[in-house]
Amino acid sequence: MADSALPTLKRRRSLDLKRQGGFASIAFFCVAFLYAPILVLIVYSFNGTRSTAHLEGFSFQWYAAAFANDDMQHAAWISLQVAVVATILATIIATCAALVTTRTRPWRGMTGSYMVVNMPLMVPEIVTAIATLIFFALISKALGVQIGIAKLMIAHTVFCIPFAYMPIRARLEDMDKTLEQAAADLYATPWKAFRRVTLPLLSPGITAGAMLSFVVSFDDFTISQFLAGPGETTLPIYIYASIRRGITPEINAMSSLILVASIVLVTLSFLVSRARR
Amino acid sequence: MRFLKGLLTTAAVVSLAGAALAEGELHIYNWGNYTNPELVKKFEEKHDVKVTIDDYDSNETMLAKVRAGNPGFDIVVPTDYTVKIMIDEGLLAETKPSEMANFKNVDPKWVDVYFDEGRNYTVPWQWGTTTFAVDTAVYDGDINTYAILLEPPEALVDKINMQPDMYEVMNAALRYLGKPLCNGNPEDLKAAYELLQTAKPKWRTIEYGMIQPLVSGDIAASQGWNGATMRAREQKPTIKYAYPKEGFSAWMDNVAVLKDAPNMENAKLFQDFIMDPENAALISDFAKYANGIKGSEAFLPAEFIAAPEITIPEGAPTPVFVPLCPKEVQDKYSQIWTNLLK
Amino acid sequence: MSDAAQSLSGADSDPIKRVAAAQARVARRGFRARWGLVAPALVIIGFFGIGPLLITVVYSFLEAATYGGVIWNFSTDAYVQFLFERDIFDETLHFSWAYPQIFLRSILLALVTTVFCLLVGFPTAYFMATRPPNQRTLWLFLITLPFWTNLLIRTYAMFIILRDDGLVNNTMIWLGIIPDPLRIIHTDFAVCLGLMYSFLPFMVLPLYAALEKMDFRLVEAGYDLYADRWKVLRRIVIPLAKPGIVAGCILVFIPSIGAYVTPLLLGGGKELMIGNLIALQFGNARDWPFGSAAALILMIMVLVSLLYYVRSTGAKAGLGHG
Repeated sequence: MADSALPTLKRRRSLDLKRQGGFASIAFFCVAFLYAPILVLIVYSFNGTRSTAHLEGFSFQWYAAAFANDDMQHAAWISLQVAVVATILATIIATCAALVTTRTRPWRGMTGSYMVVNMPLMVPEIVTAIATLIFFALISKALGVQIGIAKLMIAHTVFCIPFAYMPIRARLEDMDKTLEQAAADLYATPWKAFRRVTLPLLSPGITAGAMLSFVVSFDDFTISQFLAGPGETTLPIYIYASIRRGITPEINAMSSLILVASIVLVTLSFLVSRARR
Repeated sequence: MRFLKGLLTTAAVVSLAGAALAEGELHIYNWGNYTNPELVKKFEEKHDVKVTIDDYDSNETMLAKVRAGNPGFDIVVPTDYTVKIMIDEGLLAETKPSEMANFKNVDPKWVDVYFDEGRNYTVPWQWGTTTFAVDTAVYDGDINTYAILLEPPEALVDKINMQPDMYEVMNAALRYLGKPLCNGNPEDLKAAYELLQTAKPKWRTIEYGMIQPLVSGDIAASQGWNGATMRAREQKPTIKYAYPKEGFSAWMDNVAVLKDAPNMENAKLFQDFIMDPENAALISDFAKYANGIKGSEAFLPAEFIAAPEITIPEGAPTPVFVPLCPKEVQDKYSQIWTNLLK
Repeated sequence: MSDAAQSLSGADSDPIKRVAAAQARVARRGFRARWGLVAPALVIIGFFGIGPLLITVVYSFLEAATYGGVIWNFSTDAYVQFLFERDIFDETLHFSWAYPQIFLRSILLALVTTVFCLLVGFPTAYFMATRPPNQRTLWLFLITLPFWTNLLIRTYAMFIILRDDGLVNNTMIWLGIIPDPLRIIHTDFAVCLGLMYSFLPFMVLPLYAALEKMDFRLVEAGYDLYADRWKVLRRIVIPLAKPGIVAGCILVFIPSIGAYVTPLLLGGGKELMIGNLIALQFGNARDWPFGSAAALILMIMVLVSLLYYVRSTGAKAGLGHG
């Protein structure tokens, strides 16, 4: 079929075949929709007055205040630590679980495992928060030690697992087994086949899962609030607790800073991976 | 991965080192954005103690965490009715502030309070009243009545905000109807419910954030606290705090030490520290509420003392503390509230 | 190696028995691998997830203490309270729609949110998946980056945009579309928009993961067979993306039922959602057993629909992909 007689026709079509009418515009609308509030946020962080609803004047005062606010910075740092640990653990655990509950013949306990893995998704946060608080308190009392920040990390890992699991599973389902079978035919051990064939094929799913996991953990309020001990206030807790007394654009400034830091991080990792290639 | 571990270890070492520099520690658990950093710094320098402050946004959250098992806090700042609950449940340490050096500075009217008679457990932090604020540019009639919220004038309809606190809303309704509070009487409750039902369509929102909406004009009247109103008035001078003639509530946040506080001595030092008039002034200056220490007026700006939100005008009723109601009454309130908001 | 040696020198050289023994070994290894891999998930969730869940179940069958917390007396009051309420006057129980209504409203809102997320998310994910490979990760980060700021701040920014005096209204008035500001904020529509905003990546990312591996030769085959765009979409792309669609819908629908902040900030707080209702029980209302019971009822509803879905797609998947 792919003969040289009709190359131009085919080429034109293959450019078109991936396009669907209107999809590009919806995608761009989506990005605009996502970033509009972010832009508003950044603009208001330069607000001359302390209002978060009205723009008057231009000033760096809120950035200065954010830099001077040790408590808020400490909270952001704690949030970051917990989110990173939870993301790494949750992604690893979710990958293992996904490998075993997808693409296989149903085995006894598979549906049950699927339910258990997704259980944290289904319980309303406040209930998980209070119940986990009591649960950890019981453990503390039984063991006689204070658990500290590990409480937050474990709890976050638990509710991040379903968020990491779903994209990985979506990726894995219907993934063609022939490549892995070919690897096996070439005498690759299961571990090697996994590392060099399955894992790279799975990586978009794992990346997606890790990102979702990070976002979910970084933003979590209710569960963190109930489990945080002294010095373990996370950023969402800090922000929520300030709400009753009135938000100032200082928080906008901090959020903008976090955004800039993320962009820098992402650009760096992008350049690094490009350099490696 | 190794880089990350290194980063985390360094951070841990740095934070531990920071703590090791001070003589001792103090872990305060307070409402968000309620503690003056200057006060904390002064305390840290005076007693060579490293202080951490963590935030909560409601008494119930704090209570749930303390009940489950104190994760390491020394000081909490419960509101009056929560103090009573905590004392009754044996969660607070009897630190006897009444016997501390600075106790003589406590205003006598705050010594024998219903929740801690004689002050054996707690020290006043700040106190305030809860009524409502009105933008007089939108409505300039008499604002000293709950009719503003419950049978509002035309100008205020669809521009009213209530607090998402079922007790405050019920109390407003009951007071307006002239009925007693903590009321289990079916007739009274039915009247209150019907009043609230007719008022609800005229409300715009039911949330705590009142300063921004008032200042930006989204809301023209809002149930709220006196200090928050003062902060709103600073940005928009036409905002006025009301003192309804039907009566209104006062509340007091108090500094308490938890029973199994790891740093008991430092906690006691803190309680004594804030009974000093100059320090109490620092507390008030930050969140803009009155404190319970006499003599602190000398250290506060004159316009603060004279502010209508702080000094209750002549002729206004005396604010009352409202203790928690019995369980059956709580349940009935809950039922009404849910039916109101369903 | 040792296995083979064993079986060679072993009891019988009967080939059938040897094959059976080898198969049993493979099965056991497979069994160990299966349970070994899924064990960490099960253990950590089992312990730290189901433990608290059990506490919730137990609490729902206890009595509420006056000042929050529970009294250790067995009582089904919490469940009764869900459907019945006591008349203020004569204390009789009568059926009440209050709580079911709150539940239904939240579920409806979550459904609408999920559908909208799908309608916007699918084209976006498809677009991302069809970019040249080196651009794809960039798009991934582009979509996720807004979510590295705090949810509360983002929702508040959305509030600023949707206000009577906000960007949307002012733009529409300036363009002459409407004379007076539209009331957008503090409506169910605003809540929907806000929820959609919070949960868009939860739809886009799984969809992207599923679409990215799609073999476009199948699409090409569809065109070769004279199908138009719509048909190709409907009969080739969407079925292949099904796992992504399912994952995305689950990740959006379930959390949005229990959403708390967004309905509060954008809805005005005049109507309770499930999340607010349950939080109220652990707060002001001081009725922990009822809060636990409401949470459990919600969970069971979700679980049942999830189970039903897994069973029905599981069977179809087994038939479809051989």
